[in-house]
Amino acid sequence: MLLIPCPWCGPRNEAEFHYGGEAHIARPPHPDALDDPAWADYLFMRSNPKGPFAERWVHSAGCRRWFHVVRDTATHRILAVYKIGDPPPGITNLRGAGA
Amino acid sequence: MTQPYRVTQPFRLPRGGQIDRGRILRFSFDGRAYEGHPGDTLASALLANGVRLVARSFKYHRPRGIFTAGPEEPSALVQLETGGFTEPNRRATDIALYDGLRAASQHAWPRLENDLGALIGGVAPLFPAGFYYKTFIRPRGLWRYLWEPALRHMAGLGQAPASRDPSRYDQRHTHCDVLVIGAGPAGLPAALAAGRSGARVILADSDPLFGGALLRGAYRIGEEDGTAWAAEAVTELAAMPEVRLLPATTVLGRYDDNYFVAAERVGDLLGPAAPAGLPRLRLWHIRARQIVLAAGALERPLVFPGNDRPGVMLASAVESYIRHYAVLPGRRAVVFADNDDAYRTAATLTETGAEIAAIVDPRDKPGLATQQIVRAIPLYTGCMVVGTGGHKALRRVTIRPIAGNGSDTIIDCDLLAVSGGWNPTLHLYAQAQGRTRFDEGIAAFVPDGEVAGVEVIGAARGSFALSQCLADGAAAGARAASCGFASAEISEPPIVPDEEIGPNRLSLLPLPQGGRHAFVDLHNDVTAADIALAAREGFIASEHVKRYTTLGMGTDQGKTGNVAGLALLATMTGRDIGETAPTTFRPPYVPVAFGLLAGRARGRLAEPVRVTPMHEWHIAAGAVFEDVGQWKRARYYPRPEEDMMAAVRRECLAARDGVALLDASTLGKIEVAGPDAGRFLDRIYINRWQNLGVGHCRYGVMCREDGMVFDDGVGARLAPDRFFLTTTTGNAAAVFDWLEEWLQTEWPELDVFCTSVTEEWANATLVGWAARDVLALLAPGLALDSAAFPHMTMREADIGGIPARIFRVSFSGELSYEINVPADQGLELWERLIAVGEPFGITPYGTEAMHVMRAEKGYIIIGQETDGSVTPVDVGFGALVARDKDCLGRRSLARSDTVRLDRKQLVGLLPDNPGEVLPEGAQLVAVLGEVPLVMPGPHPGMIGHVTSSYFGARIGRGFALAMVQNGRTRHGERVWAPLPDRTIAARICPPVFYDPEGARRDG
Repeated sequence: MLLIPCPWCGPRNEAEFHYGGEAHIARPPHPDALDDPAWADYLFMRSNPKGPFAERWVHSAGCRRWFHVVRDTATHRILAVYKIGDPPPGITNLRGAGA
Repeated sequence: MTQPYRVTQPFRLPRGGQIDRGRILRFSFDGRAYEGHPGDTLASALLANGVRLVARSFKYHRPRGIFTAGPEEPSALVQLETGGFTEPNRRATDIALYDGLRAASQHAWPRLENDLGALIGGVAPLFPAGFYYKTFIRPRGLWRYLWEPALRHMAGLGQAPASRDPSRYDQRHTHCDVLVIGAGPAGLPAALAAGRSGARVILADSDPLFGGALLRGAYRIGEEDGTAWAAEAVTELAAMPEVRLLPATTVLGRYDDNYFVAAERVGDLLGPAAPAGLPRLRLWHIRARQIVLAAGALERPLVFPGNDRPGVMLASAVESYIRHYAVLPGRRAVVFADNDDAYRTAATLTETGAEIAAIVDPRDKPGLATQQIVRAIPLYTGCMVVGTGGHKALRRVTIRPIAGNGSDTIIDCDLLAVSGGWNPTLHLYAQAQGRTRFDEGIAAFVPDGEVAGVEVIGAARGSFALSQCLADGAAAGARAASCGFASAEISEPPIVPDEEIGPNRLSLLPLPQGGRHAFVDLHNDVTAADIALAAREGFIASEHVKRYTTLGMGTDQGKTGNVAGLALLATMTGRDIGETAPTTFRPPYVPVAFGLLAGRARGRLAEPVRVTPMHEWHIAAGAVFEDVGQWKRARYYPRPEEDMMAAVRRECLAARDGVALLDASTLGKIEVAGPDAGRFLDRIYINRWQNLGVGHCRYGVMCREDGMVFDDGVGARLAPDRFFLTTTTGNAAAVFDWLEEWLQTEWPELDVFCTSVTEEWANATLVGWAARDVLALLAPGLALDSAAFPHMTMREADIGGIPARIFRVSFSGELSYEINVPADQGLELWERLIAVGEPFGITPYGTEAMHVMRAEKGYIIIGQETDGSVTPVDVGFGALVARDKDCLGRRSLARSDTVRLDRKQLVGLLPDNPGEVLPEGAQLVAVLGEVPLVMPGPHPGMIGHVTSSYFGARIGRGFALAMVQNGRTRHGERVWAPLPDRTIAARICPPVFYDPEGARRDG
C-alpha cells in the first residue's frame, strides 16, 4: 500500500490511484510514416528496469489529475513526483523513456 | 442422592497466576464438561483439568497434545463452537476461555481416543514426503479412482462452516507516529518513552494481557516483580490521551511505507454470547511513521525420535503455564535442553512441588549459571533423548549417551520440557525488506542492516537479557518519537539484577533410524527423514524443500520447525546454515477469517447499487431485474403466468406493432465543450465530428491504439462548441477516463473540457409506429413529421413543463424517440408517457427485448460481438473509418495482423430448424465429422463462434449473430455448432434479419 504524494492533494493511499505505465511515451506525430515494427514498438514495447523508473499515475478517487512519479521498482521507494509536461528530474540510473 | 465427589482442575496450582480464581467458567471439550477461570486459555484450562490428548496430527493421525503457550502452536488445533459461528483449526493456546465455550477435536474418527486414521501411521513408510507427487506419475488410472478420492477425503484438518456466519466484523483506519509491536520487556519501555514525549503511539500485543515474557518469568524490576511493573506501565499508558492500547491484537503484516494490518479480538474473547453490537473481530489499518518491533523470540524445540507425544512441551511453555496460568503441566518432569536458559524451567518446576526426574543436556559441560539449579537433580550431560513412551500421553523417556559409549536409561515421567534455543520473531522485519544473517553466538537469524522507519529491539534482535531489553526499549521509543516531536528524554532504566546469559547453539542430534519419528514440523508431520529424502532426491534449495516436504506450509507457517529444518538441510547438503536462506515470510502472521477482511462489505453492502429515477415504478410493475455493472436494469416485465420467453415476445411485438417504452437512463453521457471540441473528438473516434451540424446526431465508434473497438454510441452536436456523447452503460467511466487521459497527458494544448452527465439526465425511449402519436399529445408544439424532425436529429421541447431533449435515434429499428429530461423529473415523464400512451397499448419493455430487437437489425453490442480483439472492419464498420484524418487506432488497422484475410467477421446465422436457438458462445465448424488434430493451434475445422442468439418475435424464428473467419465471403454456406448433447446446423447470412432498408425506422 504505497503512500503516493499527489502534487495537488498530498500523500494519499495507493488505492486512490490508477497506474498508467511507463511515462514519456509520446504519440508519434505521423503514424502513417512508421513501418509495422516501429508502430509496434510504440504500441507494445515498454521498459522494465530494476531501479528508478519514470511512470504515470492518476488520482482517480481524488483530483483525477495525471502526474509523473519516479519509483524504484526494486524497493518501491518513490524518488520524485512531477507534473505532466515537466521534465524528469536528474536521477542517476533512471532508465526507460524518461531517462 | 449426593453428587459423587469430583476433583476439578487437579493440575491447578493453589497460588499465583494471572487468573481470576473468584470466578468459575464452564466449558466443554469433545462433549465433556470442565471448569476454568477468566484469564485462562482453552489450552491452560485443559491442562489444569489433566487433559493431555487434544488432537491428531495432519498426516499420520498421531496423538498430539499442547506443545506451546502461544500463537506458534503447531499441534493443539481444535474446532471452536458449532454452526455458523464455528471456526476450524483454532489454536487452543490462542483461545481466551469464556463461559459456555464449546470446542471439539478435529481430524479423528470415530473419536479422538480411538482414531482409525492412526492405522496410516502403521504404513507410514509408504507415505514419505512427496509421495503424492509420485502418485501422479504411475500407474495413471489409480490416481483417478483411488488416490484422488482417498486424499480428498483425508485432506484438511477442521470443518468449514456450513451455514452463514452471524458475526459482525469491523474495520478501522488510523495513523500514528510510533507503532510498538509487542508489549513485553522491550515494547513496554518503548511505548512509555514514546508516549511520554507526547507522540501518538499505538501499542499492540496478540495477548489480552500485556507483559510478554515478564508474565512467564520471576523477574524483578526495581523494587517490584516483573508482572507488577508491567501492570503499572500499562496503567500509565492507558492514561495518556495520545496512546492507543491494542491488547488481543495480532499485527498480521507490513506493507509499503509502514502500512500495517492488525486483527483485534473483540467479541471473539466472549464467544457466541458476546453482546450483539460488538464486532467479533476488528481489522485495523495503521499507517505509522516509525515502528518499534519488539515481537520477541520463539523457542525452538530439539529434533529427536518421539518428540511429538502429548506431554512433550517447550520449556518456556512449561514456565508460562506455571507462572501466567497457575497450571502444572505435569507432576514428574524431565528437562531436555542444550542451553543454560532452560535450566530455569527445572527450578520453576521444583518451586511448585513437582519432581524433576532428570536434566538431559547434549553438551558435555553446561554453563556456570546452571550449577545453582542442578544441585539436587540428576544431570545427564552428553546425552540425548532417543525415544518417548506411553501411547496417548507421555509415560517415560529413553536417554542415551551421544558418544555411543553407554547403555540406555529409561526414566518414568509425564512431562518432557524441551528447549533448543530461541529464534527472534522477524516476520514483519522481513516484510519491510530487512535482511537477516545467522549469528553464531546465539545460533539464530538476527536482523542485518538498517531499514528506514523500522527499529528492532529486545529478543527480536537477539538481545535476551532483561536489562538490555529495558534499556533498548526506552532508547528506541524516544528515538522513534522524535520523528516530529521535541527530542524525548531517555529516562534512566530501572535497576535489574545481573543475569548471565549463556551462549546458544543449534544442536543437530544424531538420529536413529534416519530420523523416522523425529519430527521437525509438527503441524504437517514432516520428519528429519523427510528432509533427508528431499536432499537425496536433489532438492537442496530451501524453497524447494519447503514445497516438496511441506515443511512450514501449515497454518503455523513453521514457526517452531523452520529453523531446525533449515539446519538439517544445511548439514545434509554440506553447507553452513548461514548459506541456506530462510524462506519468504508472507502475511498474515496467523490465519485470518475471511469475514474480517470483508468487514461490513457483505451481502447487500458488498457493492453500491445504482438505480434509475424510474426504479420504483419498475418494481411496482413487477419487473425482473438484471445487473449491468452496478446498475439494476429492468430485464423484462412478466404478466401473471408469463415466463421470460413469453414476456419478451410480448414486449417485442408491442414495440414492433404498437408502441413501447424503455428506460435507457443508465447509458453513459458526456458533454465535451470548448473551441477544440470537434477537433478533439475527431482524434478519438474513427468517424468525423467537426462536420456534424448543430442539432444532428451521429453513430460513433472509438478504438484503442491497437485498433480494437473500445466503445460506441450516438452523439449529438448541441452547439458549435458543444457535443453530447453517449457511451455503453458498462463503459461510461472507462470512456470518461480515456478522454481525460488523452487530454491531460498527450494533448494539453487543446482547449476542451469534459463533464460526466450520466446521472443528470433520465432517458425514456419511446418506440413504435404509434410513438409519434403519443409524443404529439405530450409535446403538441413540436413538429414531428419526418421533414421537420428527421431521423438522427435532436430537438428541444417542453413536455408539460419538463424541459426535454429528444433524440430521434433507433436501436430497435422502429420509429424511436429517446426523450432526455433532468433526472429528478424522470419518473414524472415516465408516468406521463404511460398515462398518455395507455389508449395505444403502450408497453414497458426491458433489456432482454431491447437485445432481441437490436440483434434482428444486426446492431452490435460492445462486449458481446466485440471482445477487445475485434476491429471496426471486422464488424463491418470499415466505411465509418474516415480516410482523411488520423485517429486513435487508425494506424493499427493497417498492421499485417489486422489486414489478414482470414480474420473473423460479423455474420448472421439461421438455424436449419427455425425453432432452434443456438447457445451464445457455441463454436462453429465448417466440416462435420472427425478432423484429425495435427498441430497445436486453432482446430482446422473451427471457424468462429456465436456472439448473440435469440428467438425473434417478429421474424418468428431463431437467429444469431456470429463472428466467422472470412464471414463476408461465406454467405449461404452451412456451418455446424457441435454441442455436448446435439449438433445444430445453420446457414451463414448477412447480419440483418428485419427491415434491412430501414423503412420502419425512417418513417
